[in-house]
Amino acid sequence: MSASLELSLRAAAVAAPAPSRSYWLVVWRQLRHDPMALAAGLVLLIIIGAAVFAPWLAPADPYKASMIKRLLPIGSPCFLLGTDELGRDMLSRLMHGGRLSLLMGVVPVLAAFGIGTAIGLFAGYVGGKVNMVIMRVLDVFYAFPSVLLAVAISGALGPGMSNSLLALTLVFVPQVVRVAESVTTQVRQLDYIEAARMSGAGAFSIIRVHVLGNVLGPVFVYATGLLSVSMILASGLSFLGLGVKPPEPEWGLMLNTLRSAIYVNPWIAALPGALIFVTSIAFNLLADSVRSAMDIRR
Amino acid sequence: MFAYIIKRLIYAIPIALSVTVVSFVLVYLAPGDPLNAIAPADAPEEVIVALKSAYGLDKPVPVQYGLWLLRAVQGDLGTSIASGRAVTAEVLSAVSNTLLLAGMAALGGVLIGCILGALAGYRHGTWIDRVATVISVIGVSIPHYWLGLVLTIVFSIWLPWFPAMGAGPGGSSEWLWDVEHLRHLVLPALTLSVIPMGIITRTVRALVADMLEQEFVTALRARGLSGVAVFRHIAKNTAPTVLAVAGLQIGYLMGGSILVETVFAWPGTGFLLNTAIFQRDIPLLQGTILVLCMFFVVLNLLVDILQPLIDPRMGRG
Repeated sequence: MSASLELSLRAAAVAAPAPSRSYWLVVWRQLRHDPMALAAGLVLLIIIGAAVFAPWLAPADPYKASMIKRLLPIGSPCFLLGTDELGRDMLSRLMHGGRLSLLMGVVPVLAAFGIGTAIGLFAGYVGGKVNMVIMRVLDVFYAFPSVLLAVAISGALGPGMSNSLLALTLVFVPQVVRVAESVTTQVRQLDYIEAARMSGAGAFSIIRVHVLGNVLGPVFVYATGLLSVSMILASGLSFLGLGVKPPEPEWGLMLNTLRSAIYVNPWIAALPGALIFVTSIAFNLLADSVRSAMDIRR
Repeated sequence: MFAYIIKRLIYAIPIALSVTVVSFVLVYLAPGDPLNAIAPADAPEEVIVALKSAYGLDKPVPVQYGLWLLRAVQGDLGTSIASGRAVTAEVLSAVSNTLLLAGMAALGGVLIGCILGALAGYRHGTWIDRVATVISVIGVSIPHYWLGLVLTIVFSIWLPWFPAMGAGPGGSSEWLWDVEHLRHLVLPALTLSVIPMGIITRTVRALVADMLEQEFVTALRARGLSGVAVFRHIAKNTAPTVLAVAGLQIGYLMGGSILVETVFAWPGTGFLLNTAIFQRDIPLLQGTILVLCMFFVVLNLLVDILQPLIDPRMGRG
């Protein structure tokens, strides 16, 4: 994690003038010619598509249980991927499960991206004592291992989806702030910011026009790297029973409820986790590609 | 050097204090009254008042914190609401099991990660490099609770080599250094070791590949130093960074083990946290989190102190 942070910071330090529209075009072109990025993007597109269109595509009702059709093996007639411990169609549940799993993985990162960038910009731009106080307060969060912090917060708040979303956001915000703050502090000292201030630009427009463009890149790269961590943690919280509640389909929760089935039908029990794994690896590969595509300015 | 250590120690005090504050404040995040967990809903007024004063809940919050901290420093973390036993005793036995698991996982993960990373860095662009890269990507992307499940299916159900659950025969939670207990340790430790392995492999690979391109390595080779002697220089230069990353990872393992412990029914802090959360046992939750985080703080402190011992340049800054 720290190595990637360093990389993105180094990229930002060199990228002094705010990136223009053509910069993002170059990044996009670079990504389009990266086979790894294309493969990861395709996998993600399929998974996200299956989740988004699950209500129309799924072959069966994900909630409809049947006592006589429990734990049917993969490839059974009518049940392409078998059935779960309550006789519900696995394929439909996995497709529907993607909705909540992806939502719970992506939303905390998006929220942390927004909140963290705002706090980081503010702290970095204002500087001085205010910056020090903000950063020292956030240092406290670094005294907790992230899984423990997520479990502790959502455990104290009580089980539930919104509580685990809140917990994950709280885990990621300090990390994003650190990246945004350090880039802002670097950029703020550059001459062209001073020039903008001299010519009478207000703090808000300096941040919006001159600072934000430089900060967004590294923070964006960092946030894409968080996506896979967030997926794993979010499903992990549900796996512990702290996130989504049954009978809602969600990959982590399904992994939990199917745990006792490993003696009867291990493949079925392993399926939801395999999807978490595939999604997380695709997010990671894509993040790596984005990182190297955005480093081209070096 | 001595001054540096003192400085680090002093710097750790506010961090440790703030950890105690966060652990304490967690109770107030919880919805409803913590008393609900102890007292029945229809308890008469005088019982509630008596319970409040027994648990110190009738005093202002800062006073409660002060009293709690004072007792915590003396090793008294209160009484578990669920079991009625002392929290300190419960946490200590669970923490020792977690530390054992995390320690073994860290040892394995860091060792394999260093070897793989060094090989990949040395043989940049070869098949070893590609294998190491794939392993490291898998290591950082895999949901380890799922890996635990898969390993159980393979090595415990299909091939009955290792037990799937518990820390010892007959569900004993006391650890002993014998073959039977070690067999219980294999699968959870292996599962947990995958995360640090991936990250260390990635770090070491990048460091070694970077180092090999530096001029001083060319100079050493030009002077006719053997491969082993050059490697010693590289190892010495990469060690501080690897140590820092490894230290952080060992700390993360203490948190990550919560999920793996749940998969393998390992009697550690994950089990304790589960009990605490679902039975709304606030003293137990506070105590477990406080002790785990203190270990994390101490670990970070140790890494900070060890680093300049390896690389004296760091101690002077």
